[in-house]
Formats: sequence, C-alpha cells, structure tokens
Amino acid sequence: MASNSSMSLQIEDSKNTGGVKARRVVAYIVLVAISILCLFWFYVLFINSTRSHAELTSGFQALPNFKNFKFVTQFFTNFKNLMAGTLPIWNGLLNSIIVAGSCALLSTYFSTMTAYAIHAYDFKLKKAIFTFILMVMMIPTQVTALGFINLITDMKLDNTFIPLIVPAIAAPATFFYMKQYMESTLPLAIIEAARIDGSGEFRTFNTIVLPMMKPAIAVQAIFTFVQNWNNYFTPALVLKKDKLQTLPILIARLRSADWLKFDMGQVYVMIAFSIFPVIIVYLCLSKFIVSGVALGSVKG
Amino acid sequence: MKKKLLSVLLSTAMVAALLVGCGEEAPATGEGESSAADPVASDEVVEEGKVLNIYCWNEEFKSRVTDHYPGYVEVDGTTGTIGDVTVMWNITPSADNAYQNNLDETLLGQADAAADDKIDIFLVEADYAGKYVNTDYSLALSELGITDADLANQYKYTQDVVTDTNGNLKGSSWQGCPGVLIYSRAVAEEVLGTQDPAEVQEYVKDWATFQETAATMKDAGYYMTASVNDTYRVYSNNVTSKWVEDGVINIDENIMNWVADSKAMVDAGQTNTYDLWSDDWSKGFYPDGKVFCYFGPAWFVDFSMAADAEGSIANAGQWGACSGPQGFFWGGTWMCPATGTDNPTLVKDLILTMTANDDVLKEIVVDDNDFTNSKPVMDAMAADTSYSSKVLGGQNPLGMYCAGVETIDLSNLSDYDQGCNEEFQKAMKGYFEGTYATEDEAIAAFYAAVVEKYPALSAPQ
Amino acid sequence: MSKAKKGKVVSYNKWGYIFLIPFIVVYVTFQLVPLFNTIYWSFFEYYRDGMTQIGPNVVGLSNYIQLFTSTDPNVPTIFDYTWNTLIMWIMGFVPQIVVSLLLGSWFSDNRLRLKCQAFFKTVIYLPNLIMASAMAMLFFTLFSEGGPINSMLMQLGILDEPFKFLYNTLSVRTIVAFMNFLMWFGNTTILLMAGMMGIDASLFEAAEVDGATPTQVFWRITLPLLRPILIYVMITSLIGGLQMFDVPQILTNGTGEPARTSMTLIMFLNKHLFSKNYGLGGALSVILFIITGILSMIVYKFSNNND
Repeated sequence: MASNSSMSLQIEDSKNTGGVKARRVVAYIVLVAISILCLFWFYVLFINSTRSHAELTSGFQALPNFKNFKFVTQFFTNFKNLMAGTLPIWNGLLNSIIVAGSCALLSTYFSTMTAYAIHAYDFKLKKAIFTFILMVMMIPTQVTALGFINLITDMKLDNTFIPLIVPAIAAPATFFYMKQYMESTLPLAIIEAARIDGSGEFRTFNTIVLPMMKPAIAVQAIFTFVQNWNNYFTPALVLKKDKLQTLPILIARLRSADWLKFDMGQVYVMIAFSIFPVIIVYLCLSKFIVSGVALGSVKG
Repeated sequence: MKKKLLSVLLSTAMVAALLVGCGEEAPATGEGESSAADPVASDEVVEEGKVLNIYCWNEEFKSRVTDHYPGYVEVDGTTGTIGDVTVMWNITPSADNAYQNNLDETLLGQADAAADDKIDIFLVEADYAGKYVNTDYSLALSELGITDADLANQYKYTQDVVTDTNGNLKGSSWQGCPGVLIYSRAVAEEVLGTQDPAEVQEYVKDWATFQETAATMKDAGYYMTASVNDTYRVYSNNVTSKWVEDGVINIDENIMNWVADSKAMVDAGQTNTYDLWSDDWSKGFYPDGKVFCYFGPAWFVDFSMAADAEGSIANAGQWGACSGPQGFFWGGTWMCPATGTDNPTLVKDLILTMTANDDVLKEIVVDDNDFTNSKPVMDAMAADTSYSSKVLGGQNPLGMYCAGVETIDLSNLSDYDQGCNEEFQKAMKGYFEGTYATEDEAIAAFYAAVVEKYPALSAPQ
Repeated sequence: MSKAKKGKVVSYNKWGYIFLIPFIVVYVTFQLVPLFNTIYWSFFEYYRDGMTQIGPNVVGLSNYIQLFTSTDPNVPTIFDYTWNTLIMWIMGFVPQIVVSLLLGSWFSDNRLRLKCQAFFKTVIYLPNLIMASAMAMLFFTLFSEGGPINSMLMQLGILDEPFKFLYNTLSVRTIVAFMNFLMWFGNTTILLMAGMMGIDASLFEAAEVDGATPTQVFWRITLPLLRPILIYVMITSLIGGLQMFDVPQILTNGTGEPARTSMTLIMFLNKHLFSKNYGLGGALSVILFIITGILSMIVYKFSNNND
C-alpha cells in the first residue's frame, strides 16, 4: 500500500483517467444490460398484446406484425374483445382511481397534521405517542386482516370503499417522512409569528404549514397513490362485487382461467391496460419521483 | 277415463307453462287458463323489484338467456333488461371456492339487503348443490307456483341434485350433462386407420384398451389426452362411495385407479398434467397441440372447444364422438330461486322458459348443440337424421347422450365435492410431476388441504 | 420544559392532542381493535361449515399447536412456510443489494461523470411502480409451458422441449425472487445513491490523495458510512418480504406450486381468511405478528452492537 501510494502520486492523473475510462465503459455496459432487463418484459407485453390468439399459439415473434399495420388493428381487436367480455375494466379503472386518489389525499393531509402535532407542540404524551407510531410502523397490515374483515363485516362496510380509504388517515410511514421533512424545513419561529398575528392553530396549519410542506406532500401523495393503485390483498378481501372491484382483482381473475379466457391476446391487453397508464404518468413525473425517493432516504 | 283425465291435466299444465313462458299468446284455450290459475300469476299486478340479481360464475347462462329468452336485451357485459327490469349478472369465478364464498356472504346478508341488492336467482353446480338446497336460503319451486307437472319432461337426475332432504325441489336446469369421448378425426384416421365412431370406440372401449391406444398414439407422436385431469371425471363419476362419510374424508377405490393409471401415462409421456381450462391444456383444440382426445359433455363440445376460432379443429368440424371407456357426466348448471327474491313472477317465468319450455329447449339444441333437459325433445332430436353437429363433422351425437343420461347416478354426491376434487387433482399433480416422491405424501398433502378448506372435516386415522 | 415556560405554552399544546385525534381514532378503529380481535379469536374454534357457523368455542392453544405440528411429516407446517418466505426474500434481496450498491456508487461517483443518468434512473425505478399482480400475471403467461420464454429458448436451440418453469421448486422461487429484485432494486439504488452523495466529499478526496483504489474506497469508506441506510433498507425489505403475497399468489394461482414450496406465510393466511376460519387464521396472524416483531428487533440490536 505504501509503495502504491507514492507511485500513484506521480502517475495519478494518467492512471486515474485510464482507470476511469475503463470503469466508465464497464458501467455503461452494465447499465445498458440492466436497463434491457427492466424493459424486456414490457416489450414482450407490448408485442404480445398486438397479436391474435392464433398467432400467439404458434410461438413468439420478436417484432410486431408491420404488414398493413396488422399490429395496430389487432391491438384494437383484442381490446374490443376484452371490452365485450365480463371483466368490467372501465369500472375497475374508475374504482382504482377513486380508491387510490382518496387514499393519497387523506393520507398526506392527515399524516402532515399528525407530524405537525408531534413537531410543533409540547405535551405530556408526545414522546410516548411518537415512539408508539414508530413501533407500529413495522406491523404488516396483513396481520390484522382477520380482525379487520370481522370489523367491517360487523359495520356492514364490506363491498364499500370506506374500509380501503379511511384507514389511510393513519399511515405511520407517511407520518415519519413528514416529520423528518418538517424538522429540516419548518422553523417553529414561523408558527410563533403566525400566532402573534392572531392566526388560529387550525388556520395556521392549513394556510402556512401545508403550503410549506408541498414538496413532501406531493412525493408522498404519489407514493400512496401508487401503493394503493397496486394493492391487491385488502381490496380482494373487501370487494366481492363485480362492479366495485379494482384493477388488481380483475387481473387476478384472469389468472384463475375460466373457459372463456382462452384468448391470450385479451389477457395481454388487459395487463397492458393496467400497466401502461402508470408508465405514462411515471414518465411525466419521473424526475420528481426519483428525487423524492432520495429525499426520504437522507433523513430515513 | 283416468288416463284421459291425466292427459288433460298434463296438457293444460303444458299450456300454462307455455303461456307464462311466452307471455304474449294470451287468447289460448279458455278451459286451460282457468284450471291453471296459480297464485303468482294472479297477483301479477303487485309491484315487483326493478332489479333482477343473478349470481353465477361464468357467462354460459347469460348467453343462453341473451339468445333464447324473449324480451331480454343486452346492455353491456354484465347488465341487461327484461321489460323495465334491469338484469344484473354478478359473476364471480368459481376457482378456489371464490364463487361460493361470495355467494355465502351475500346470502347471509340477504335478509337485511336492500330490495335491489337481494339475490333473485343463483346458479349452482352438482358438486355443491346440497350445501344450498338443504338450507332456507333457497326457495322451493312450489312456492313460486311451479308444479311437478310443469317440469315433467325433465330428466330425473337433474331434479335429484336439487331436491332437499325433505323432498322439496329447489332448482331446475336446462341441460343434461352426459359426457362422451371426443377424438380428433384426423389423428384417428392417421394412427388408427379409421375415423368412424363405432370403430374408434373399439380402441377406447375400456381402460386397458384405452392405455394400449395411448401407447400407440405416443409412438405416432400424439398425446392421448391433453391432461390427466381430462379423464378425472370419468373415474370420479363411477365411484361407489362419497368423498365425505360422517365428517371423515374418504378416497374411493376408483379414484385411486385414476391415480395409478394417470401416473403410468404421465411417466410414459402419453399425457400432461395441465390444469383444466389453462392455456396449455387448450392447445389441443388446435391441430398443433397434437392431442388425440378430450372428454366432455355436450356443452363442452360447442361452448368450449374454440369452435369460432379460425384454425381450430372444432372450426373445421374435425372432431368425432364415441362413448369412451365409461359413462360420466360433467357439470350442469342449476338455477335456484333465492329466498327473499323481490321478483318472484320474473324468476318463475325465467325458470319455466329456460328449463321447461320444449320450444326453447329445442332451439338451444339446434343453435348451441347443448343437450337439454327435456326427454321428449332429446329423444326426437336423437332420431332426427337431419340434425347434426358441425363441430363433430356432421355426426349426430344425441343418441349417445340419451343413452348416457340414463346411466347417470348421483347417489354419491357430497356437499364438499368441489373442494375435494379440486384439491385432489392439485395434490396428485405434485405426485405425477415428481414433487411428491410417493403417493402417500401426495395423499397426506391432499388431506391437509381439504381440512384447511373445510375445517369441519377430518382425515381418516 | 421549565415550569415557568409551561404556563404560556399550555394553551397551545392542547392542539397537539387535537391534531392527533384523527390519527389515533382511525388507527385504533382500523388497526388496534382488529389486532386485538384477531388475537382474541385465535383461542377459539370458530369457522363456517357450508352455511352453518361452527363455534365460537374456547379451545385454548390448540390452534397454535395445530400450526406447528402436522399429522404427517410431509405436510408443511408454519416452519416450512416461513422458510419459503425467507428463502425467496433472500434470493431477491442479495442481488438487489449488490446491484444497488454497484449502481449507486457509479451514479454518485463524480469522476465517472456518467451520461444519461436521468434516463437510467428512470428505467430502473420503473418496475417499482408496476402493479405486482399485473407483473405476476405477465410472468405467468411468459413462463407458461407454451409461453414466449419457452418458445424463444426453443427457437434459440437452448431447449429441445418446453421446460416447466412453473412446476419446479427452484425455478418458481427464482422467478418470484427475480420479480422482487426487479421491482425493488431501483428503489434501493436511489436510496443508497442519495446516502452516498451525503457522505462528506473531503473523505473521498483524502483517500484519493492517499492512493486508495476505488475498491478500497468503497469497502473502507463508503460502506461503513452507509451502514445506517443499509440497515434501514434491510429492515424495510425484510418486513416487506414477510408480507410477500401478490407475486407468488398470482403466479401460482394461490396454490404455491409445486407442492406448496412457494407458498408464503401470507398466502397461507389468505387460505384461512378465505375459508372463514377465524380461529386458525387468528393464530397464524399472531405468530406472524410475533415473527415480525422479533426480526425487527434482531436487526435493530445487530445494528446497535456494531456501533
């Protein structure tokens, strides 16, 4: 090591640039390979959703059928067949949007409120409550699923969205993120100033604190939305009625193949239908999302 | 004299059924009308529900109603209308007991449900019909004003399935489901040198011969069946004991024969272990799938073998049918009126039209090649040389079905059949594929899975 | 917190409680009550037989005993399901952390000056947002016997006949682990990258002056300093791993094929929820609760001891 270091002092520049170049090449190769690994599946999905069942049966083809734009027309044929089937996919889409959207709103608003309570006030149980929330952050929701189902059956809330939406108010992980964010961006002096101006506590929260928390709220809103959009376990237990089911349940129904689900073209289109909208939204917001993840980690 | 009276009674009942069924032919025989005055028809003025909820697990019944019930208008995939009543199709796939679990929940909440949410009709299969007809959640047909005479033409076994322990008939079906062996004519011609049903039957007349033929098929590059699960029903319908005896799970000897025969066939590469209804299993509907035969009843032939897909064997009319090694039945769907229905008149009419109207039943045979639940219609059609199945290459298979339906014995049904059949096939797949080293391991896994599904049962000691 | 100060602050501090009301009320209603309810029923025989309700009858610990023992050595117990869950988690987590560290260090290395970073980050994070159920359904169709993967491998001459990917313990577990890897490595990469960027740059410069190779820098500086974040990633991933459900459930249609070797704890729980077995399902939930608690504590302890 010692000899190494004295040598490197002299040839530092040339060696490093050479080494860096080699490393850069390796990095690019690996990155491209990994990107392909990530995108390959979606490519196959895209190709297969543009093919008819008969074509799919005869084996995989790497390229879409460009002849006469067959791949476009076939995609729409598959889509039309899917529409004509029993899966109420438009309802599914709407239900998913309602549930995930409401969860995102409630979760971020009330988590900020909870975080604000812990952050801005001093009260006897503050520490105890904070520790409690951190502890329960680790409890998986599935553990309480049985009692949860019991509860909502007793409350006659099955086949409604309430048991999916309202619990979002108590989201320990979102709370934790908000709390961390507040510590770095919300000086208590601002609150004091608002108090001196005669602003009520609730108003201060809504008009001063919330706007300052916008970046964190946006990030968490997206995550909560995606998380609930993708959630399968709880909705599958709560929503039995066809028209109330969210997209993941409809997807799962494809898996338990019934005798009319032989059209694999339809199956692929259905998967595409639930994946591609998210991809498009993500591509528009990707920069924001990626930096949001990073933001959470520095604190976490 | 007595005979005459009886025939008059019967014919008036028939007319009444037709009247209610078609609704429009009001000015019929005056005498018949008065004698057939039933309680429900007379209070037709009473306001009834605006929503008819039908619970089912697939689209079969829906398409039957769409095509054959006069006045039904389809709105979209899951709704339709009859007059000013909206028909809601609540479809929950049956896999993993999901359909039954959902139905249970809804029925348990039936009493408190809003009128428009109450179940009016639910469909059941033979596998678990007893679970529902033996409770108060299903309504006896007599309470709707449907008489035994209305249903006199139905096959006896279809009524046995939905008769409760007190002898009340609580459901009705439009179909009978005797099964046959459906073979690819092209493969038969190539390997066996004949495609004539009677001659092909000689190659599959019993299980020993069936296996010899399987070996021949294998040598010629064909699978005998698409999956071991194809033959499952044939064995399981010819059992001499129930799946559950006094709360203890019981595996019949014939089911074990299926295991032994199937294991041998899988090991020899003569068949596969695909799940029924999976994409891989259905590949044999096309020539490239290289499958010699399937087992199935009438609805299977027309409804499930991709007859409308270009390039399929069914589309080309290249299947043939013969009786196969043993008689069996598969499926059958029964309509059960739910207690608390707010549309009794419509429910009654649907049941009578769809399951007891010979004209409609005949239409279903002609249009959909189903085997319908009317002895006179089926006997007439079987003798009708002008009738033939396109899928089966012009063969008239009805005679085979008519003979088969007489042999159907449903005395060994239990309320737990669906779960037992499903789990048994799942566990044995593990044995066939080698994940369970021995038969005993697979059977132990089967017991465990059934007890998990039905905690009330226990494994034999 | 001195007494003198308190007098003034107190009038506001009641608002701390007020703002906590929604959280507490909802949490207690939808989480705590169900939790105690679950624990309570775990000591009962309580299920449905057809349309008839059986129980509730007090049975003490027999539900728990039933989970841990089996009538036949070949019938899986809760230990097997825990093992299935953990092995699939590990198979996904190890490559996840390795790849993430590698990519994170590249992204955060100023000397490398990688171009298109935004693009790569976008791509690797993409799978995280995809519905796990849709992803599982996709992989099911891709890997089925007549699916595109087999078709491709046969076209390339790698396979002579279709391989039963979905009926082989190793391949099913690998596919599940791979999907978990694919869905989470992007997230981890970005977390670690942010952590790496947070490390004081002068440390790297000093190391460079001392002639440390990039590998040495990574092992001696980056990794130790990243430990808090690594532990965070590991805990969250482990908790997530224990909840593994969507992917294997839909991939195997709830069967955990072959022979239940890919059945996770939550899939097993789901079976009892489906058959309305509150007793056994409750017992299983309680055990899951305890396992989760112990695991988080072990990881916490482990991290503290090393400090």
